[in-house]
Amino acid sequence: MTTPEITHAQKLDFRVGQVMTRRVITVTPGTSLVELKEIMRVNRISGVPVVNEDGDLVGIISIEDLLRAYEDGAFHEVVGGRMSTNLITVYDTDSVDTAMQKFQQTGVGRLPVVNAWGELVGILTKGDIMRGLLREIQMDTQDEEICRYRASHIFHDVESDDTSLILRYRIPPRDFTAGGAASSKIKRALMRLGTEPQIVRRAAIAAYEAEMNLIIHTDHGGLITAKVDAYQLTLVVEDDGPGIADVKRALEEPGYTTTPPEIRAMGFGGGMGLKNIRKCADTMKLESEVGRGTRLEISLRLHSRDTPNQKR
Amino acid sequence: MIVNQVVHALNLQVVAGAGALNREITGGYCADLLSCVMARARPGNVWVTLQAHSNVLAIAVLLELAAVIITEGVPIAEEVKARADAENIALLATPHTTFWVVSELGRLGIPAQE
Repeated sequence: MTTPEITHAQKLDFRVGQVMTRRVITVTPGTSLVELKEIMRVNRISGVPVVNEDGDLVGIISIEDLLRAYEDGAFHEVVGGRMSTNLITVYDTDSVDTAMQKFQQTGVGRLPVVNAWGELVGILTKGDIMRGLLREIQMDTQDEEICRYRASHIFHDVESDDTSLILRYRIPPRDFTAGGAASSKIKRALMRLGTEPQIVRRAAIAAYEAEMNLIIHTDHGGLITAKVDAYQLTLVVEDDGPGIADVKRALEEPGYTTTPPEIRAMGFGGGMGLKNIRKCADTMKLESEVGRGTRLEISLRLHSRDTPNQKR
Repeated sequence: MIVNQVVHALNLQVVAGAGALNREITGGYCADLLSCVMARARPGNVWVTLQAHSNVLAIAVLLELAAVIITEGVPIAEEVKARADAENIALLATPHTTFWVVSELGRLGIPAQE
């Protein structure tokens, strides 16, 4: 197993109990080696945990132990005298990462899994971990795919002459901490609707700049309305003041900004926001009146070759 | 090259987002003006900056950046760390200057994308 997979396991917070094999074939110390050989042969396994009558793990016996017993001519003996009692175990609540480290440190092929009371509850191999991870990755992808499938078919499934999706986001003024939250949501919505990554990127940039403008400049915040239909995204960004005194300069003049210095120190402003928006949009309309407010409307065509549900 | 390799090579401090260190780095971008970053940084880039407020993370998420490196030991607020963890963005710190970091990244072969 490679490092990125282990990191993925960490991210998923995978526990041994989630991936181990629960149905464990066990023997007791009193089981004869002849019987053990049959159990191993029939079940095609190369190691068996040994438990006492209480179900407590007391040892493990492998095919190597069996071979050694054969060499010693001790085939009439029982498991108890030949098993390894130097037990390396993991808890079912241990992380998969811990188990991987144990595999690497000890070189063993399987680890008996015990619960907090020392009872044997399963057995773990690297193969179990691999299968568990693959299953989880697949489930992640499936969930997202189902979401995307459902979302991207909305324009197909819901019948009307013209279906569109309206998403509204209220943006409070001066809330820099929350800044970008609405744009993130718009971005995610577009991704789920199956929009091409390049268009999602342009939409996200435009939405972010507009959102930050509301946060930085407005008296009372504002409203972002995203309208998505089968062909186009329209973003309408409205506020009730203070309004832009010189719309032409704000749009055209490089570096022209009205952002206060203390906010500029955080890296905002710089006179690029509206220019970035214009670069990302297919159409842009900006109306503003001092004392009344500002209304920005931009549109982006959603060329989506890979979503056949979108009628051209 | 993945983020973790850069962390080791430059001896960076992993401030938050330790679960995101296996992302592949496609290139780098460096600016403290956020609109510049919005306009020019590409997905998978590592962003080198002096800005350390939580909006940096909003940008990192929107642009799908691989990691953010905060230079010159600029203090990073707890809320920023918490957000980086929540958004799973690798937030890295160094006492060195932005120029030092960028020249080291260049030495590691991380390309400038324009």
